Amino acid sequence: MDILYLLIPLSVILVFAIGAVFWWAVTSGQFDDLEGPAQRVLMDDDQPGAGGVERR
Amino acid sequence: MSAVVDPPFAANALPPGDAACCFHCGLPLAGVGYPVKVDGVLQDTCCRGCQAVAQTIVDHGLESYYRHRSAPAERREAVPDLVARLRPYDLTEVQQGFVRASAPGEKEAALLLEGITCGACVWLIEQRLAALEGVRGVEINYAARRARVRWDERRTRLSAILRAVAELGYGAQPYDSARSDDAQRRERRTLLWRLFVAGFGMMQVMMYAVPAYVADGDMSADIGQLMRLASLVLTAPVMLWSAVPFYAGAWRELSSARVGMDVPVAIGILVAFVASVHATFSGGREVYFDSVTMFIFLLLGARYLEMTARARAVQSQEQLAALTPAVAERLDRFPAPTRREEVPVALLKPGDHLVLRPGAAIPADGEVVEGESAVDESLLTGEARPIAKRAGDALTGGAVNLHGPLTMRVDRVGQDTVLAGIVRLMDRAQTEKPAIAQLADKVARWFVAALLALTVLVALAWCAIDPSRALWIAVALLVVSCPCALSLATPAALTAATGTLHRLGVLVTRGHALETLAGATHFVFDKTGTLTLGRMTLIGVIPVAAEERERCLALAARLEACSEHPIGRAIVAASRLGTDQGATVSDVRNVPGRGLEGRVDGRRLRIGTPEFVAELNGTPPPEELLFASDDVTVAALGDERGWLALFTLGDPPRGNARLVVHELEAMGKTVCVLSGDRRVSVEHLARELGIGIARGDATPQDKLEFVRALQVQGAVVAMVGDGVNDAPVLAQAQVSAALASGTQLAQASADMVLMSQQLDALLAAVRVARQTRRVIRQNLTWAALYNAIALPLAALGHVTPLIAAIGMSLSSLAVVANALRLLRPAPAPMRSRAPHPRVAAA
Repeated sequence: MDILYLLIPLSVILVFAIGAVFWWAVTSGQFDDLEGPAQRVLMDDDQPGAGGVERR
Repeated sequence: MSAVVDPPFAANALPPGDAACCFHCGLPLAGVGYPVKVDGVLQDTCCRGCQAVAQTIVDHGLESYYRHRSAPAERREAVPDLVARLRPYDLTEVQQGFVRASAPGEKEAALLLEGITCGACVWLIEQRLAALEGVRGVEINYAARRARVRWDERRTRLSAILRAVAELGYGAQPYDSARSDDAQRRERRTLLWRLFVAGFGMMQVMMYAVPAYVADGDMSADIGQLMRLASLVLTAPVMLWSAVPFYAGAWRELSSARVGMDVPVAIGILVAFVASVHATFSGGREVYFDSVTMFIFLLLGARYLEMTARARAVQSQEQLAALTPAVAERLDRFPAPTRREEVPVALLKPGDHLVLRPGAAIPADGEVVEGESAVDESLLTGEARPIAKRAGDALTGGAVNLHGPLTMRVDRVGQDTVLAGIVRLMDRAQTEKPAIAQLADKVARWFVAALLALTVLVALAWCAIDPSRALWIAVALLVVSCPCALSLATPAALTAATGTLHRLGVLVTRGHALETLAGATHFVFDKTGTLTLGRMTLIGVIPVAAEERERCLALAARLEACSEHPIGRAIVAASRLGTDQGATVSDVRNVPGRGLEGRVDGRRLRIGTPEFVAELNGTPPPEELLFASDDVTVAALGDERGWLALFTLGDPPRGNARLVVHELEAMGKTVCVLSGDRRVSVEHLARELGIGIARGDATPQDKLEFVRALQVQGAVVAMVGDGVNDAPVLAQAQVSAALASGTQLAQASADMVLMSQQLDALLAAVRVARQTRRVIRQNLTWAALYNAIALPLAALGHVTPLIAAIGMSLSSLAVVANALRLLRPAPAPMRSRAPHPRVAAA
């Protein structure tokens, strides 16, 4: 069971890494509007090339 | 258009209702005559506004909006002179409050969207704006109905963007996001982040704890110690970061010497954590890391649910800005002006002289110095009947000038205006809002005080019996009696219910609304715009000469074609005129307060008050005039030879108003109608709908007094309204609802917004509210039962960390599962079988 000496600390590090990813997600506004994207997905299928509203 | 899968209903995602309904907005058709070709099929719309919007949608290739939408669009009047009205938004002074430069050459604005009824609306606006030349990005937040638009200042302007939105039939109001939105967004994000840290920590720590439970002594001490250390490392951030709201709350409570929910929570987790840390380093028997993290996660979850159930009320100052125009035309000197200049309204001062064009909103309070016109003061009285104004008469900021140009002198600006006073009344009523003590709060407070006392007693008792176990038993007691179930009982139910109501078309904007609505005893309705459609509509045409109805109506409509007067618009809407049909109309002259005169095909006609028409032909008025009842407005049409027809106009009640009143009374509620409109009209409507108590001629202050009088008697008042004059009383009533077709100010001060044009959404809200109250009570009972069983067990020392964790999670799950029952849609509100409002019936 010696492998546990490696795995447990590794899992702690992994937790912090995932935490950082989620921190990015929250601060970049991924969770601001939970209903909109669901509605939008339904409509974009019909028009190929109409996806996305961001363009330069 | 590329070929698409055959939709189940001809080019429209909505089920076919009455054949005689507008394709675009779903309201009954007044007459055929505004066709639009959608997907190759000719569809009928009810008015020029809907026709223009539908045509715009088709022209831009956005017809799939109709195939995907789940609710009819909101009907909006075609706004004349749209381009001119929007131009002021390009001025730098006006843009100061809500536009910022996001990149060189690029600007960003935050907009409030009006008229969104379903997800397809958002799609429509996004597609249209994204296709506009110069627009770099559009983000629409569906839940909050806010939009952020970024555009290249060199290629397009804000007014073009606003116009594109208006042409689609929606309203876009710029607002200052820095003040209301950003703070709330930050708060929400921080809580979400804390919740995640707690949740993730909880899951990981549980993974380390389970082997310890399962191994049952079979694990080597080293590995066991490693796992405890790992749990400690992961619990520390949860304790230090996620639990901070509890420490802050406990500190606040202690410093004001009260005992609330946070004190025992803070004590519990701190004691458990410190004891567990001590046990880790001194080889103690039990650690409670998993319970501590679960505790914090569940309680934070309850707070997060509470916050989402409590949606935002937009600042009233922004709503005020929506009513007054952005710029005004000022004369530099009076009485001998040399020039006119456009100034932002914010820079006006008392003593300034302004020119008011027909159709313009009045920017400030003042007095007429020159000119004669009629003004729509529905913002104060709720009545759309225009009021004649001439030199010396007072004008109120926010009212709309209808007929002719006026020159006014400004007397009061900004915070001193009547409108600002109404907003202040509303704000004050909001803060003094009678606080309905939430049932759960009361129970929780009593409970936690008892719990703390019990813990101390039990600890002392065990000190006497077996001191080594005293601390652990105290910890177990605090942990297992987790107020989680208690905390989750209400927010979980409210969140589920709010979601269901959202789908039924009711937007609940304040957390307490549902509980209060369930207990409401009196329902007070505003009249104009709430119980009625709020628009003057043609009720009947009575020909009095040889010409037939249709001809008279057509003549009148041609004459009134360009009129902004509510009567004129009602006649035009009811007629079957398409956009232009040939007949020559000339020499149209408007006599404010009396009527219109003009020539149609060479024939001199007058339409307006009977006296006005009588002057043209000199014959006595037809006897039918005598039979017109008090509550209808009568307009007469006549030419030089004699009288042609009489038109009766009025504001008919909404289709299902009678049904809603009947159902509410069947539930045992008292229904009242309260309005600023004339007493006679109000009483007539009350009789027609079967309402027992009616009050007319009420100023906003009178309305407040009426509601207060009821409240003093112990009534729980639910108020339903839509206008600016309703805003203070909407805030005063214990619970209030505004119609989405009403003013933004009313929507901001109300606790619920009825998104559909139907009043029966109110019935659905009442039913769901009652169901919610039942579920909350069940949850509280369960929480009490659970604690009644768990506490004695813990006090007697039978509770291990494992049992504590299981008990806590199961009781919370049970509460949440019960609340999820509210997600099943309540029985659909009955569609009214009552006939559609009478329009153009002889």
